[in-house]
Amino acid sequence: MTPASASTELPLPSREGAGGAGPQVGGSPPVAARRAGRGVRRFIRHRLALIGFATIVVLALAAALGPYLDPFNDLHIDILHRFAPPFSGPHLLGTDQLGRDMLARLEMAGRVSLTVGCAAMVLSTITGTVIGVLAGYYGGAVGAALMRFVDAMLCFPSIFLLLALAAFVQPSLLSITVIIAATGWMEVARLVEAQIRSLRDRDFAVAALALGAPDRTIMFRELIPNAVAPIVVASTLNVARAILLESYISFLGYGIQPPVPSWGNMLNNAQEYLTTAPWLAILPGAAITLAVTGFNFLGDGLRDALDPRLDVR
Amino acid sequence: MTEPVLQVSDLAVRFNTDAGPVPAVNGVSFTLARGETLAMVGESGSGKSVTSLAIMRLTPPPPASTVHGRVVLRGNDGTSRELLALPEAAMREMRGSRIAMIFQEPMTSLNPVLPIGEQVAEPIRYHRNAGRAAALAEAERLLERVGIPEPRKRLASYPHQLSGGMRQRAMVAIALACDPDVLIADEPTTALDVTVQAQILELLKSLQERTGMAMLFITHNLGVVAEIADRVMVMYAGRVVEQAPLRRLFGAPLMPYTRGLLQSVPTLAARHEVLAAIPGNVPDPSNLPAGCAFTPRCPHAQPHICDAALPALDAAEAEHLVRCARWRELAA
Repeated sequence: MTPASASTELPLPSREGAGGAGPQVGGSPPVAARRAGRGVRRFIRHRLALIGFATIVVLALAAALGPYLDPFNDLHIDILHRFAPPFSGPHLLGTDQLGRDMLARLEMAGRVSLTVGCAAMVLSTITGTVIGVLAGYYGGAVGAALMRFVDAMLCFPSIFLLLALAAFVQPSLLSITVIIAATGWMEVARLVEAQIRSLRDRDFAVAALALGAPDRTIMFRELIPNAVAPIVVASTLNVARAILLESYISFLGYGIQPPVPSWGNMLNNAQEYLTTAPWLAILPGAAITLAVTGFNFLGDGLRDALDPRLDVR
Repeated sequence: MTEPVLQVSDLAVRFNTDAGPVPAVNGVSFTLARGETLAMVGESGSGKSVTSLAIMRLTPPPPASTVHGRVVLRGNDGTSRELLALPEAAMREMRGSRIAMIFQEPMTSLNPVLPIGEQVAEPIRYHRNAGRAAALAEAERLLERVGIPEPRKRLASYPHQLSGGMRQRAMVAIALACDPDVLIADEPTTALDVTVQAQILELLKSLQERTGMAMLFITHNLGVVAEIADRVMVMYAGRVVEQAPLRRLFGAPLMPYTRGLLQSVPTLAARHEVLAAIPGNVPDPSNLPAGCAFTPRCPHAQPHICDAALPALDAAEAEHLVRCARWRELAA
C-alpha cells in the first residue's frame, strides 16, 4: 500500500487549489501540514474506512507473522484429528478432511491471496496509468486507438477471459497475478485518460511546454502527480477485485493448485462437507469477505480523504 | 542598428473551427532588438496572445489552426533560425532556452503538486543536462536573483504556500533559468495587485539590464506600457494598427483607435468627468468589416474611404507606422 501512504503526504490541492476557486492567501509554511492533517481527519471521520483499514492490517499481520507462531504446519496431516470443529481441541479453528490445521492454512492462504491481490493491483495500475497517460496526452489517432482497445478489452466478460487464459497457461502465483492484472487495468486506463486530457490543457502544462519540456517529463512529472488521488482510490478498489477474482478462479479449480492453500481453493475443498463440517466453508469465506469489504471501505475512505471538496468545517 | 534578435514577418494565424476558418492574426510584422522592450497593446481578442503563442509554436496543431509567415530568431551565438520551419524537436530546444515565456496567471501556471525548487530546476535539467543537485543549486541562485527571500527554504515550498507576487517571481526565475535571448511576457502583472505589479516590472527591467534580453511585453494596461516599454505596438482585430516609440505614441497618436485607448485612461485631473470609452466591441474575427476593421467604432469614419479597402501600414515617420486611411487629414 505504498501509493496510499505516499499520497497522504502530498498536499494535493490539485482541483481546488489550481482552479483558483477559493481565495487562497498562501504564505505560511504550516499550510501543507494543515492540508495533510485535514486529509487524515477526513479519513478518520470515515468510520468504515478506519474499520476497513484495521481489518486489512490484522489480516496482513496474521498472514505475515501467524505461521511463525502457530504450533502446526499448514501442510501437516494429522489423520487422527480429521474434521475437528473449531475451539474444540489443540487446533484453534479446527481441522479439515485431512486433519490439517485450519488456522495455519487460512494464514498461508492469506499470504497467497493478499500477495496476488496486491501484485495484480500494482501491475494493473501501472499498465492502466501508462496507457491512460499516453492516450490522454497525445489524443487524436493514438489516443483513439488506445481507448478503443481499452473498450474492446472491457467488452470481454472478465471471468470468461480469465478462465480461457487460465486454461492455456500453467497456473502459478505469477501467471494468476498477470492474468488478473490483464483483466483489471482498463478501468484505471479510462480514469487516467480522462484526468490527463483535462490536465493537459491547464496552464502549468502549457507553461512546461513553453519551457521546452520533453513529452515524457510533462506526462510523468507534471501531469501524473496531479492525478494521484483518483489513481490511489481506483487501485485500492482494484485490490478487492483481484482478491475476489483469485478466489473465484481458485474455487473453480483453475487458480492456485493444492496443496498450496488459497482462500478460493479452500472453499472449493469445502463444498462436499458443507453440511457435515460447515466451518471449512465459513472460515475462508469470512476471510474473503473481510478482505474485500476492508479494501472497499478503505477505498471509499481514501476517496473522501483525498477530495478537499468534501471538507466540512 | 544591429540585427534584431527577433524578426516576425507577415505572421498569420487562422483557427479552423466547425463554423469555418477564423483569422485571429493577419499579417503581423515587427522586430525586436537586443535589450529592447516592445509592448503589444490591445483589447481582449485583438490577437495579442495568439501572436505570442504562434511565435512559440504553441497554437493547437493543424488542422485545428494554421500559422503562416516567418519568425526569425537570431541568437547571441550568431545563429539565425526560422522558428516556424524548425522540426518539433529543435523547436523544443529553443523553447525555454533561447525564447521563454511568462504567463498571466502565476497560480495556474505553476504545477500545484511540485515544489518550487523542482520547477525552477527543470528547464536547467533538460536544456543544460545538469544533474539534479547542480540544477537545484542553480535554482536557489535564480530564486535569490528574482528577489525571493530565504531561497534555500523556498525550494521545498509548494506554489500554494507562496503569495501571488512570489509565485510570479518564481515564474520569472523559471523563464530566465537558461538566459533566453527573448522573453515573451503575456500580461505578467494583470493578476497581481498594484504594488506587487510595480515590483515585478522593476524586477523585469533590472534583469533585462543585466542580461540584455529582448522583451515582448503583452498587456492592455497603458500604465504598465508607460512604465516598461521602449516601443509600442497597438493591435486591433488581429492587425497592427499603429507602432511607434513610447513617447511618440503617447504624445502624438495618429490612429483614432490609439487615441481612444489613451483617452480612456482615467486621470486624477479629470476625476469628475465621465470616463471616455470607445463605443462598441471588437468585431467578430470571423466576420471582419471589408475596409478598416475599426470603421464601425471610429468617430472619424467616412463612408467610401474607410470601408472601401484595408488601409496600408504607412510610415508617418521613420519609426512611426500607422494603419488609417485618413491619418494625414486627422494629423493636420
